[in-house]
Amino acid sequence: MLVPISWLRDFVDIDMPVELLAERLTLAGLEVAHIRYIGLPQQHPPSLRQPTSDHLVWDREKLLLGRICEVRAHPNADRLVLAMVDYGAEELEQCVTGAPNLFPYKDQGAIDPPIWCALAREGATVWDGHSEKPRKMTLKGRELRGIYNKSMVCSEKELGISDEHEGIIILEHDQRYAAGASFADVLGDVVLDIEFTPNLARCFSMIGVAREVAALLDKALRYPACDFLAEGEPISEQVAVDIREPALNPRFTLTLLRDCQVKQSPFWLRRRLQLIGQRPRNNIVDITNYITFELGQPLHAFDYDELCKRAGGAMPTIITRLPQPGERLETLDDVVRELGDDTILVADAAGALALGGVMGGGDTEISDKTRNVLLEAAAWNNISIRKTIREQRLHTEASTRFSRGVHPSQAILGGARGIELMRQLGGGTVARGVLDVYPEPPPTVTVALPIARATQLLGMEVSLDLAADVLRRLEFAVRIEGEIIHTTAPDHRLDISADSAVGQADLLEEIARIVGYDRIPETIMADEMPPQRENAPLLIEERIRDNLVGQGLYEVINYRFTSAQAEAKLLPDNMISSLPDADYVTIANPASSERDVLRHTLLGNMLENAINNARYNKAQQVFELGSVYLQTGDLLPQEPLQLGILLMGARHADWWGGGKSPDMDFYDLKGLLESLLHALHISDFAFQRGTHSSLHPGRSADLLIAGERAGSFGELHPQVAQRLKLTAAKAIIGEFAVAPMIEHARRLHDIAPLPTQPAVLEDIALVVRADLPASEVEAVIRQAGGRLLKDVALFDIYTGDPIPPGKKSLAYALTYQDETRTLTDKNAARIRKKIIGAARHRLNAELRA
Amino acid sequence: MDKSIDDIRGEAIESLAAIVDSESLAEWRSHYLGRRGAVAVLFRQIGSIPAAERAEFGKRVNALRGELAGAFDERAALVESQRLARDLETDEIDITLPAHPRRRGGLHPSTRTHREFQTIWADMGFQVYRSREVEADDFNFSLLNLPPHHPARDMQDTFYTSDPRVLLRTHTSPGQIRAMRELGAGGSKPIRVILPGMCYRQEQVTARSEIQFTQVEGLAIGRNIRMSDLKGTIAEFARRMYQPDARVRFRASYFPFTEPSMEVDVECFLCGGKGCRVCKYSGWLEIAGSGMVHPDVLRNGGYDPAEWSGFAFGMGPERIAMLKHGIHDIRYFWGNDLRFLRQF
Ligand SMILES: [Zn+2]
Repeated sequence: MLVPISWLRDFVDIDMPVELLAERLTLAGLEVAHIRYIGLPQQHPPSLRQPTSDHLVWDREKLLLGRICEVRAHPNADRLVLAMVDYGAEELEQCVTGAPNLFPYKDQGAIDPPIWCALAREGATVWDGHSEKPRKMTLKGRELRGIYNKSMVCSEKELGISDEHEGIIILEHDQRYAAGASFADVLGDVVLDIEFTPNLARCFSMIGVAREVAALLDKALRYPACDFLAEGEPISEQVAVDIREPALNPRFTLTLLRDCQVKQSPFWLRRRLQLIGQRPRNNIVDITNYITFELGQPLHAFDYDELCKRAGGAMPTIITRLPQPGERLETLDDVVRELGDDTILVADAAGALALGGVMGGGDTEISDKTRNVLLEAAAWNNISIRKTIREQRLHTEASTRFSRGVHPSQAILGGARGIELMRQLGGGTVARGVLDVYPEPPPTVTVALPIARATQLLGMEVSLDLAADVLRRLEFAVRIEGEIIHTTAPDHRLDISADSAVGQADLLEEIARIVGYDRIPETIMADEMPPQRENAPLLIEERIRDNLVGQGLYEVINYRFTSAQAEAKLLPDNMISSLPDADYVTIANPASSERDVLRHTLLGNMLENAINNARYNKAQQVFELGSVYLQTGDLLPQEPLQLGILLMGARHADWWGGGKSPDMDFYDLKGLLESLLHALHISDFAFQRGTHSSLHPGRSADLLIAGERAGSFGELHPQVAQRLKLTAAKAIIGEFAVAPMIEHARRLHDIAPLPTQPAVLEDIALVVRADLPASEVEAVIRQAGGRLLKDVALFDIYTGDPIPPGKKSLAYALTYQDETRTLTDKNAARIRKKIIGAARHRLNAELRA
Repeated sequence: MDKSIDDIRGEAIESLAAIVDSESLAEWRSHYLGRRGAVAVLFRQIGSIPAAERAEFGKRVNALRGELAGAFDERAALVESQRLARDLETDEIDITLPAHPRRRGGLHPSTRTHREFQTIWADMGFQVYRSREVEADDFNFSLLNLPPHHPARDMQDTFYTSDPRVLLRTHTSPGQIRAMRELGAGGSKPIRVILPGMCYRQEQVTARSEIQFTQVEGLAIGRNIRMSDLKGTIAEFARRMYQPDARVRFRASYFPFTEPSMEVDVECFLCGGKGCRVCKYSGWLEIAGSGMVHPDVLRNGGYDPAEWSGFAFGMGPERIAMLKHGIHDIRYFWGNDLRFLRQF
């Protein structure tokens, strides 16, 4: 909300720089997002950092309040006139101007009363009114079509008040200022842009902000006069009210002004509305807006004669009620609205008149011809208004306030002040009395605050007097009884709870806010420390991350969102999916159709990354550790943690030492995985032929941990790769469940003693069937080698001459060792013989010569 | 015979002095000290020396051998050092060629920031408590003092699922209720936890806002937790996270689940509080929302607000990483462009 300081000053004295006031408000929770200066200089209190404003500062000596006493024709130009301006000097200043709003006075002789205006004298700096872009210029004397001119009567644009440059500013006479007064005193202002959190509904008006200022600065708050001169027939004889839904409409008041004149508002009113970003319309509508902003009580004005017409000449009755089935209303913005079942309406016997607390209807709106004004000031249930706002997508200044909560007590103040202002600015006679129907006054809220509670919870000594003083400044009724402060919440507040613990918290917040959070000390918790437990799953997750980073992988974090179609792309034709057999968590209001479910697999988004990264990278090695979301029948889905790995491209990217680096393959990922499992001290794992539907069936494997499938890895299925256009290099991907890794990772493991006896090393090459898995050969070797065979390492695979077709040669480096004695060549030869024998017997293997 | 020993010595020493390379050196050694070398020949002559002179002759040949071996070692050391000096001069490589690449890897910046947070909070006794991302409406809102139609629900644009009772959590705060219920033992035990994790909001994705983001929330519950403790604890965190002498400021604010509520600002670590573009010339950067746990939230966690109190705070790791590294576009975080990830 825009808050002009000039308006605030109506209600409270401010004796500090605006910048410091803004800071105080911000610290107290009324965040000043922006400060707009109009003509006045920015101040720079030393304690404060702030952006420098580049607005136009009005020169106090050269920008003056003037009076145009006469407008003469320009001798050489039809489109120019000469304004003769009194600015308190002996002689009138002659200004050449093209302002269209002075032409009516041209050659009319002395203007009586003279026109009040803004006069810029030679040397003054103003905005260039003719420039599209903001540009400042300094006035210099020069001839304009043969007439020497050194001063100027200014438009709003030239002074930086608005973009208006059609004519010059014309003010009304203000007795406080004489011709020649500094214009900065007349219209200079500072406007604060304040953002309110939902708990500050009570501050959503000038008086609301002024109340906070008064409490913070410990100043008196001056309320505007809220009584009115009423000399007409009693209102109760001219209109009736019927509230059908007191819970939704706890109060409805009406006042009536007869024989008034609808016309343009005076300058001061238009100016204030303009300062807060409201467009002036006519005096009656402007006053309803003005009171909305001044007191926070939205008003609505009806054309009384229209209501009488609708009542067929009888006394109109205003009814507030829920809509009838299928009922519609055309609102002021010319939209015909379907009404929700629980939309509260203002109606009469003939039909709906307005969306209660939101917007009026077209039929009874104030027009130029309106003579008699019926003014509504009511209270509405904030939740009901919120629903209407949402249903109708209709935000108005009224609905904004009612949806946050306006206390019903404010209706009577707003109505009274509104009708009196209308009388003053529009003339006419006000009907005696207020028609006030108030079926549901909210309960009075009292809270007892033991002062010890304040001291304990705030962590600082709070005296009874201080607490009582702060609450009184905020208009709480306060009574001290022993060590307890008994408070009654003021009637503009809806946010103080009657619940004892919550009410106390409400009061503590007010005390802390007004005293200042900076006054509360910083302490170390003295309270009992909960037992410190280790978070084992988290530790293992972090070890997984560290290990993979150590192996050269980058961690990625993807959107959890995807679409069923995107994940379906991972399934080759005519295959049964091995993605989780669960429903998707489906988003009701997705950001886009590509992101309308939560993922079942990490692979989809990781492959997406790979496509993007392939454009700029010869090699990619990434992993992601994150949840997938499986809707399995319970209200809430399972969120198991998964590990995804993707390798793609050159094994040695950017290698220049000769030869081309081969691409990473299945075995790179296998090695990476073994190394990870080793680091986690998981020994009970194995690989078997892959079963994952998104992987190449012949070039993939499943990982088993403790005999259970814990994931799959290998080459991306070629058909999927084609679909994704991920063909620059083979994508080697894998996805694994993290839970079994956490379960089987050993935190404690024994270390084998270092051998004291020398080892015997020898190589052996076996020729076997080409399709025999190497793991089977190794298993036979290990079994035959027994206890003394410590290590078996495959170091060469060879096919081709002289190995017969259909066969391959596997060469192993064997290590024999006995912990207790030195092995002789004879011992070694015996083991070797057993191995060769077993291989021949069980694998039909030949020893390669 | 004597003459011969002296001749050999003279000849050997002279020729050794002229040697500059290791091949000639090896040749010299084999010529004089080898198995068939001059010295060995002398030894073989011993048998033919008259018995009376034999001992003396043997002694002299031994001495010659020792002398030549010593001279050889000396010369060899010299030749070797000269070779090295020569090599150092001539064996130059082009150090401007690109490196042989090593496999590099790195943690995601968000993970890095989380780890920084977790380390600091662990030192202050706050343990990690993780809770689910797909949440019941109750836990995300109602139990946190945000009943249906509460105005503050507007502050959070929520992703709902096809079941209107279920949503994607908009903050880590539902974890507060879960932590209190799980660790509080029916409202009888103190708690100190941090709750990190992914949260979701239905927003326009722009350089400044994302539909998913991580949060770290902290919660301390005890019989005597004071607002001053909240200030002291967060200020200590800020001094460890940003700079040892960072000033911290608390501003009144509003969160439905805390009261009183405060925003926490830390002196801008980019400009030292003097004012810069990033801190909008205020000298302050907003780092956390915080407050005393609302009595209704304590109740919903199983605690009696007349006996127990607590504080909570929440921070945004991505925002802090953005400030620290001058990242201007939040979309970088889940874009996973390796060119971005490699810079950490
Ligand atoms: Zn800064």
